Amino acid sequence: MKSFTTHTGKVVAMDRANVDTDQIIPKQFLKRIERTGFGEFLFWDWSQLDDGSPNPEFELNQPQAEGASILLARRNFGCGSSREHAPWALEDYGFRVIIAPSFADIFYNNCFKNGMLPIRLSEAEVEELFQRATQHTPYALTADLDSQELSDAHGFSARIDVEPFRRHCLLQGLDDIGQTLQHEAKITEYETAHGLAS
Amino acid sequence: MKPRTLFQKIWDNHVVHQEAGRQAILYVDLHLVHEVTSPQAFEGLRLANRLVRRPERTVATADHNVPTSDRSLPIADPISKQQIDTLRANCKEFGITYYDLNDAQQGIVHVIGPELGYTQPGMIIVCGDSHTSTHGAFGALAFGIGTSEVEHVLATQTLLQDKPKTLELRVDGELKPGVTAKDLILYLIGQITTDGGTGYCVEYTGEAIRSLTMENRMTVCNMSIEGGARAGMIAPDDTTYEYLRGRKFVPKDFDAAVAKWRELPTDPGAEYDKSLVFQAADIAPQVTWGTNPGLVVSVNSHVPKPADFSDTTEQKTAAAALEYMGLKGGEAITDLKLDRVFIGSCTNARIEDLRAAAAVARGHQVSENVNAMVVPGSGQVKIQAEQEGLDKVFREAGFDWREAGCSMCLAMNPDKLAPGERCASTSNRNFEGRQGKGGRTHLVSPAMAAAAAIAGHFVDIRDWK
Repeated sequence: MKSFTTHTGKVVAMDRANVDTDQIIPKQFLKRIERTGFGEFLFWDWSQLDDGSPNPEFELNQPQAEGASILLARRNFGCGSSREHAPWALEDYGFRVIIAPSFADIFYNNCFKNGMLPIRLSEAEVEELFQRATQHTPYALTADLDSQELSDAHGFSARIDVEPFRRHCLLQGLDDIGQTLQHEAKITEYETAHGLAS
Repeated sequence: MKPRTLFQKIWDNHVVHQEAGRQAILYVDLHLVHEVTSPQAFEGLRLANRLVRRPERTVATADHNVPTSDRSLPIADPISKQQIDTLRANCKEFGITYYDLNDAQQGIVHVIGPELGYTQPGMIIVCGDSHTSTHGAFGALAFGIGTSEVEHVLATQTLLQDKPKTLELRVDGELKPGVTAKDLILYLIGQITTDGGTGYCVEYTGEAIRSLTMENRMTVCNMSIEGGARAGMIAPDDTTYEYLRGRKFVPKDFDAAVAKWRELPTDPGAEYDKSLVFQAADIAPQVTWGTNPGLVVSVNSHVPKPADFSDTTEQKTAAAALEYMGLKGGEAITDLKLDRVFIGSCTNARIEDLRAAAAVARGHQVSENVNAMVVPGSGQVKIQAEQEGLDKVFREAGFDWREAGCSMCLAMNPDKLAPGERCASTSNRNFEGRQGKGGRTHLVSPAMAAAAAIAGHFVDIRDWK
């Protein structure tokens, strides 16, 4: 798995709550059997007008969003479908960090499996970042997972609160399956004890 | 021993290994697999030269992407066909049971699991699909996972998990006539909002829940994720055991299994992290008006306006939802005219759902402005409905009667809304574009959907004659 230690990048703000995974990557792109190449379909329905031309009002189509790698959003980001295609699309597009007051559980989990860092901050901190993203263009943030600090060049600082084990795995880029298989004897023991052995 | 909740008992029974400060390694009893979220997981196994640890605990079918028209014809969309062919080949390669399109037992994965008796109390059940919470109706811990986790389960038969908190949603009293399990769960989501259950495993309790049939309990648990909870569960009881008795894959010594299952319900005095209490008598038939399932009102009320919400984020959400839905706010729900009606999905496509819809449709005609379709949840449901003559009732009323699959719940197959079309749907999500780009979805119960198809607009099913 891809590791994540520290990342500095341009921020794009998406002032919407409850962004669901159907919007992040619509169903017509879930027919592919590959894990890559979903970035060009990210937010497909929002990013295009009916005639297929880019929607100039969409957040990611703004000139100042060019090259952004940190997405700032409102509460309950990534709700709905469990599709891991959503983090695949965000990652493939170039995002490494997503900041919101809250994330849907399955999406949150899926981010860590793809070397992306979802950061939960308070509503007040997120509001502060929305304002800073308007005041400073371009606006950049640094997410340092090692020191667990999110900061900008203008005095903002917030703690990145993340479960110790998830942090450890992400810093090291550890493969979950490899980790679990270190305990394979325990799995076999469990199966034997519960009469599940084949 | 300290009193424990149903959730805690199942969790304790499945911990394979736990180190302090780390995620638990949990054993998975049943892994359901479908065509959309599995190809990359199987590919991962091949790349790492790994096998499926317990193929006999893994069951696959194709449902999301399948046409619901004539099954004897080839699949027209070559990419859909490739995805289904890939699942078939992967199941063959790794030795997994696969219910193919021409199998009478094919259907939506969350319909066939219970129907075939794979789903049992006390199990941990996972699937690369957020509506896996459906199986919690049996007193199982069942939740959706991502594709990386699908690969993890295939390779190890376990899953790494942080322990969720527990949330009790208790509904006291009896549901009033005309009010269904779908109305109950939509009402609860409206109350707790679309992320009220985030971080929790829900247990539904109370008299109104206990009196539900198994199929109705599945409808309730199915939509737990729409309230943010990955898992929702109901303690098993005689209703559960009688539903399961005689099904194909239940334990051979069924009575011994029941004796064990009887130990599962939450002990008196066990504590939840949070408990909320609701009154069944407060619940009327529900209709969603917005673009998430928490944006819902009673059928006898009006579409809200942004100013009705207190916080600015909610006001913005409401304004965007109204615009997408082609509504101003203030309209009476029963004045909303419909173009399409969809009766189907893992929420509401079981035999009882079809019976309820048929009872409303019998002897009536679908409005000439409405295109209405019925998609049974599985091949077995379809066969049973046809034995009961429900297909005739629907056809004679002007409904389209189709083959089993997810169909227009997510519109991955050819069944979809055109831009601007307004649809009464028995499915679970009213997200923008969910049923087709620009399509406008209102979630309702099967009886409300059938009545709306006939009237051409929403009607209060309590007034239906």
